[in-house]
Amino acid sequence: MAEYQKFEHDVLIIGAGGAGLRAAIEASAEGVKVGLVCKSLLGKAHTVMAEGGIAAALATVNSADNWKVHFADTMRGGQYINVWRMAEIHAKEAPTCVRELEAWGAVFDRTKQGDILQRNFGGHRYPRLAHVGDRTGLEMIRTLQDHGIHQGIDVHMECTVISLLKEGDRVVGAFGYDRQRGRFLLFQARAIVLATGGIGRAYKITSNSWEYTGDGQTLAYNAGADLMDMEFVQFHPTGMIWPLSVAGLLVTEGVRGEGGVLRNKEGRRFMFDDIPEIYRHQTADNEEEGWRYCTGDRNARRPPELLTRDHVARCIVREVKEGRGSPHGGVFLDISWIKERIPNAPEHIRRKLPSMYHQFKQLADLDITTTPMEVGPTTHYMMGGVRVDAETQMSTVPGLFAAGECAAGLHGANRLGGNSLSDLLVFGKRAGKFAAAFAKEHGFGAINTDQVESLARWALEPFDRGPASPADGQGPYQIQHELQVKMQELVGIVRTEKEMLLALEEIGNLKKRVRSVAVHGNREYNAGWHTALDLTNLLTVSEAITRAGLERRESRGGHFRDDYPNKDKNFGEFNIVVRRGPGGEMQIVPERIPPMPAELKQIIEEQQQ
Amino acid sequence: MALATFSIWRGEAGQGKYCKYTTEFSEGMVVLDVIHKIQAEQANDMAVRWNCKAGKCGSCSAEINGMPKLMCMTRMNQLDLSKPVTIEPMKAFPSIKDLVTDVSWNFRVKKQIKKFKPRPPDAPDGSWRMSQEDVDRVQEFRKCIECFLCQDVCHVLREHQLHDEFVGPRYFVYIAALEMHPLDTEDRISELAKAKGIGYCNITKCCTKVCPESITITDNAIIPLKERVVDEFYDPLKRLFRMFRR
Ligand SMILES: Cc1cc2nc3c(=O)[nH]c(=O)nc-3n(C[C@H](O)[C@H](O)[C@H](O)COP(=O)(O)OP(=O)(O)OC[C@H]3O[C@@H](n4cnc5c(N)ncnc54)[C@H](O)[C@@H]3O)c2cc1C
Ligand code: SF4
Ligand code: SF4
Ligand code: FES
Repeated sequence: MAEYQKFEHDVLIIGAGGAGLRAAIEASAEGVKVGLVCKSLLGKAHTVMAEGGIAAALATVNSADNWKVHFADTMRGGQYINVWRMAEIHAKEAPTCVRELEAWGAVFDRTKQGDILQRNFGGHRYPRLAHVGDRTGLEMIRTLQDHGIHQGIDVHMECTVISLLKEGDRVVGAFGYDRQRGRFLLFQARAIVLATGGIGRAYKITSNSWEYTGDGQTLAYNAGADLMDMEFVQFHPTGMIWPLSVAGLLVTEGVRGEGGVLRNKEGRRFMFDDIPEIYRHQTADNEEEGWRYCTGDRNARRPPELLTRDHVARCIVREVKEGRGSPHGGVFLDISWIKERIPNAPEHIRRKLPSMYHQFKQLADLDITTTPMEVGPTTHYMMGGVRVDAETQMSTVPGLFAAGECAAGLHGANRLGGNSLSDLLVFGKRAGKFAAAFAKEHGFGAINTDQVESLARWALEPFDRGPASPADGQGPYQIQHELQVKMQELVGIVRTEKEMLLALEEIGNLKKRVRSVAVHGNREYNAGWHTALDLTNLLTVSEAITRAGLERRESRGGHFRDDYPNKDKNFGEFNIVVRRGPGGEMQIVPERIPPMPAELKQIIEEQQQ
Repeated sequence: MALATFSIWRGEAGQGKYCKYTTEFSEGMVVLDVIHKIQAEQANDMAVRWNCKAGKCGSCSAEINGMPKLMCMTRMNQLDLSKPVTIEPMKAFPSIKDLVTDVSWNFRVKKQIKKFKPRPPDAPDGSWRMSQEDVDRVQEFRKCIECFLCQDVCHVLREHQLHDEFVGPRYFVYIAALEMHPLDTEDRISELAKAKGIGYCNITKCCTKVCPESITITDNAIIPLKERVVDEFYDPLKRLFRMFRR
């Protein structure tokens, strides 16, 4: 018999980033008992790293902005395969959610009139990102955390959920372990919200931390829920590339929003060379106009550096491939040049981009106020994830909800910067609300003790096999590293059928090796053991990304295929759904996108002008 | 590639010893990279906290050659590598395992501080107006990443272990951020002297020196709070005046 501690919560929320915290606050406001689980300490989730800002049509800087423009921008950025209803809800509700943060103590940068200041960001027609310098995520997570701790939420820090538990169709609990002591935990719940974030650790070059191993997506998939849009991984165009040890670390798009420009080694602003048709009328065709846009000139069009991330990332790859890259295999991002335009430029840069200044100064010995940075693409964000109902955020499994990065739908084929933080607020809130409603209508289900026993056994097997013999390739870090290298190489920014098939083979081999993964030491805070257990999740999401990528035989947003370099109208009518078949095999099912109501269509058409 | 030797404290619940690991490192590496390399190659089960690797989350606090620092922001070329580099967990908190300490006390302390209570909104749409100058100071405090390095270095906690009577520099920064928030209407000053123990601070400024976010903890947060305490308790006129102002 496995030993475990047992907890009961009406609503269990897995993940304490922006989405999880917002959901927890909302659910407890609905009067149910809420438990919140997270792998790290409270306040350390990925959300803390977000830099640039929260997108919401507050219209404090440009009064022409409104939800319709935000909606149209989001759909255009997502190449029209977004769940349009989510894009609509998001655009409408984001402003209120940002104001709510202010009511809970957040202190955003201000306009001259004392309102919330908004900055420019890629793909957003107007200055739309509420921000605090370049540490917006910290402001957001701290505000939610400091408000949330007074709401009577039970927080389980440094605990990892390894499986959901079901009774019939419905989800009734979760099983996991506490990282500090290694003891098993059983959570019984009437409703569960997944808010576990992304999958970045499946790749070698990433802006994501150890936590982002696709847990939520895998938990949902294993519980029989649909995943969707898994082929769409966002590679952020500007990650650090030098020194090697910091490769992948994010350089916020805010740098470009403040006037930073991209140049190749010949000094050419190559982004002017390739402006996609759908953005041409909105994009500056000369440097002068681009700069005027960054200084807030409402009549100017935005510089091509602020085109969507997928496009900018591919342009950088092209420059490097064609031999015009920087010494360490990237391109130059220069903000220091603005000293030609404004007095006190160094001071201005340090105030607007303090943590970027700090990051480069400390980690690369480079002063961004005088010297261009070297940057290249980095794995950043997962557009796909758990398929949810737009209104309630419930997955296809009753009682199981998902919000934030681990859910799919809002961003379609490509996410606009700033739309994630607002996503967390809008849909975190909704998930919390509807999970609480579900909990009120449903009792606690029965826990299947056999399932719990076998999970506990499975989790401890790596110890039985340990210690790892590196020669046999049994080490958890070894396997993780090999997967990351393969995914980077074979299912990265530019994909082909041949390479993705190869990737599937590699994933198959690694799956076999995971069955013999071995760890040593004891159960207390054993990082090797934790890594070993995360491997299954990484492999599941890697397989889903690859299979969905094979199915989408076109290029769209974050998914670019060398063998099908163009958009295909037919594929534009489908989302690709991934689900677990009856025999445990991974099924790939294209699902037709429901037709958009006439009002929304009209908005999109109007905004195209 | 160059070689470095780390002497890392390894053990559980305060029982343990320093273990030496020698490993290669390359240009630009930070201490956390080397720790990860040792973890991946020589000590799979070593316990260490980290998340962002960019000085943003405040997880990787430790003592490097006796100095409280973020491991992810300490570059190898800043260290004397002619002798082993000592890496230890923070000392002001109970040890859990290896470099991981039990910092839960901090979370409990925060919960006991009265939360933000804004004045009624300024505009009918429920929003407020604040000028940038009025929020600059608060924004400095809100940069805090809760690394607890200031707590670790403060002698009141580290040597005197007065965790029950003294909230520590991190929470003076937190209280200052709330007190100086232009919208806040709550009163936390009356608690500061008694429950929060601000009197124990003798302005050594050690906390300010270690803060990775360069928050001027002592000058900008603690001293103004101390002044407010003095006003509140010893100046009846000012106190009366404050009452009217409210
Ligand atoms: C460097 C960087 C900068 C960014 N900048 C911006 C920006 O400016 N604007 C913007 O909109 N977006 C930005 N993003 C994206 C955005 O920050 C993330 O998408 C978002 O924070 C994700 O939030 P979340 O609540 O979904 O999950 P996260 O904040 O990722 O939190 C996930 C939570 O789930 C927990 N968890 C995971 N698995 C388990 C498990 N098995 N058991 C228990 N708990 C688990 C984790 O511990 C964590 O608490 C940025 C991202 C990065 C990396
Ligand atoms: S200044 Fe005060 S709070 Fe800071 S370390 Fe010294 S005694 Fe502690
Ligand atoms: S005030 Fe500075 S040293 Fe103290 S916890 Fe915050 S960031 Fe760390
Ligand atoms: S890992 Fe986040 S501060 Fe060091």
